[in-house]
Amino acid sequence: MRPDFLRCERLPNIWCPGCGNGIVLRALLEAIDQLQLDPDKVVLVSGIGCSSRAPAYTAFDNVHTLHGRAIPVATGIKMANPDLTVIVVTGDGDGSAIGGNHLIHAARRDVDITVVVFNNYNYGMTGGQASPLTPSSSITTTTPNGNLDRPFDLVKLAAGAGATYVARSGIYFTKHLVDHLKKAIAHDGFSLVDAVAQCPTYFGRFNKKGSAGQMVTSQKDWMVLKSVAEKKTPEELVGKTIIGEFVKIERHSPASAAAPKEQA
Amino acid sequence: MSEKMVLMQGNEAVAEGAIAAGVRFYAGYPITPSSEIAEIMAKRMPQVGGTFMQMEDEIASIMAIVGASMAGKKVLTATSGPGFSLMQEGLGYACMVEAPIVILDSMRYGPSTGMATKVSQMDLMQTRWGTHGDHWVIVLSPSSVEESYQLTIRAVNLAEKYRNPVIVLSDETISHLREPIGISIPPTIVDRRLPTKKAGYLPYKTDESLVPTVANVGTGFRTSFTGLVHGESGFQTANGHVAEALVERLRDKLFNNLDDIIQFETDRVEDADILFMSFGITARGVSESVESLRSHGRKAGSLRFITLFPFDDDRVRKAAGNARTIVVPELNSGQLVLLVKRVFGDSRKVVPMNKINGDLISPQEILNFVREENL
Repeated sequence: MRPDFLRCERLPNIWCPGCGNGIVLRALLEAIDQLQLDPDKVVLVSGIGCSSRAPAYTAFDNVHTLHGRAIPVATGIKMANPDLTVIVVTGDGDGSAIGGNHLIHAARRDVDITVVVFNNYNYGMTGGQASPLTPSSSITTTTPNGNLDRPFDLVKLAAGAGATYVARSGIYFTKHLVDHLKKAIAHDGFSLVDAVAQCPTYFGRFNKKGSAGQMVTSQKDWMVLKSVAEKKTPEELVGKTIIGEFVKIERHSPASAAAPKEQA
Repeated sequence: MSEKMVLMQGNEAVAEGAIAAGVRFYAGYPITPSSEIAEIMAKRMPQVGGTFMQMEDEIASIMAIVGASMAGKKVLTATSGPGFSLMQEGLGYACMVEAPIVILDSMRYGPSTGMATKVSQMDLMQTRWGTHGDHWVIVLSPSSVEESYQLTIRAVNLAEKYRNPVIVLSDETISHLREPIGISIPPTIVDRRLPTKKAGYLPYKTDESLVPTVANVGTGFRTSFTGLVHGESGFQTANGHVAEALVERLRDKLFNNLDDIIQFETDRVEDADILFMSFGITARGVSESVESLRSHGRKAGSLRFITLFPFDDDRVRKAAGNARTIVVPELNSGQLVLLVKRVFGDSRKVVPMNKINGDLISPQEILNFVREENL
């Protein structure tokens, strides 16, 4: 990875020991490097939360906005200067709760931005509260008796809202993550990558998920490649999270054009 | 500077003024009584090479114009009280990152949804104190269609010059009024100052103007923007001294330039013994009342606030002459009068005149008020 993509003078970062955010950030920088993008034309836009601190460690133009508001700011930047590669760095709470409305509308508009959700299943910055992606029955500081709510399936949410590229990956599968970030960024249209990371400090500790290392390596047990999952029965996939590419619609293709017409 | 006369609606004048000032990005959400601005911009922006976006709400609208502003565009959004409430967090963010943006708030009646098609002046204090934390904004108040055009141009210029949000505080009546207006061709245009050297670039380092030269994103300067307290580098800090210096600078960059920013219109203040202080549509009725009182031998005068904020007590005191009675008519339960009372204390008789039924204050009502209150 190119060290000049980081502002080393801003390190060390604020993340807890064992946090997965650094691995997602590294994968993102790797993807930007492999795509050979002009660093002067890359803008990282974030909201509020642990993951949203990531852009300020990078050497690109970076915009730390308000809680949930990264996507409309990114939309304004992209529409004002379409030559830029605009990447939103957000978390599960920032992106799918307070920013959920912006997420679905940006997907519907098919604005050519990439949203990378650093998904650690809880609000880390504020002490481990439940987010819309917290699994049912999980313990968080605001669900002390187990989460009564059902989580969003972020992939289905984005796809249903009209996103033209949707993928999910996990930090255990770093090459898989980098590859899908590359495809998302290179995609002409709205793209989203659900990047599953770990929060050992809160979500992991409250739910007895083991050490940070155990949380990372356990991804190979509960995550299943889409190509493998397609050959399994629904019973075999209970409790599993499928990773891979879920939506890829070329802009101006019949599938892309058909979507709004079907709704009308 | 040549001038041509055209018939325009207030909202149209805002849209055309913005275009004349160089606005090339508009994001908004429909709301009465400002919707025409979005409709006009939807048609006009593509004609002038600009971008129109209808967003999912007012929060997205203000954040989108902040983003477009960071990318170098001159930007506008328009709304009314309920939408302006939603924009408050974005307004504070724009103050903090010093993004030039212009917001048009066409005041309608009431708290909450109120009466969408009725006029009021109930958002005055919301423009100043709507978002949390110490912050400073520029608020301009047109009282005619022509002034809606001119002040929108001025708002765009002031936003660029001081890198600060500027609010044009209009109202339902002016928004929907149709009047002939003179359009100056071409208007004076101000562009934001940009950095020239990448070496040693510090986005929030300022010269004596106290206005930073922040680069537009995508121009190779690699800027960090944040709503967190930040030093000259743009990076977050929890250092109290840096925080204090930042908040003081956000104030002083405007307050060191009050001669440039503050405008009043005065009418026969010099010998007045009764002075009306008003803004916006209410000042139209006042001006006729002053004529009428003068024709009956009463020494009446008027001070109309064109710039509402920053509000400078000394300048108001000096502009107010020696009138022993100051009447403050406004379409709310008493907002401007709080500031006027702060300026004059017990040294003058400051009398609020409030109307909160969704109608305008007529000149006759002002005359009746003066008579009935023995002013």
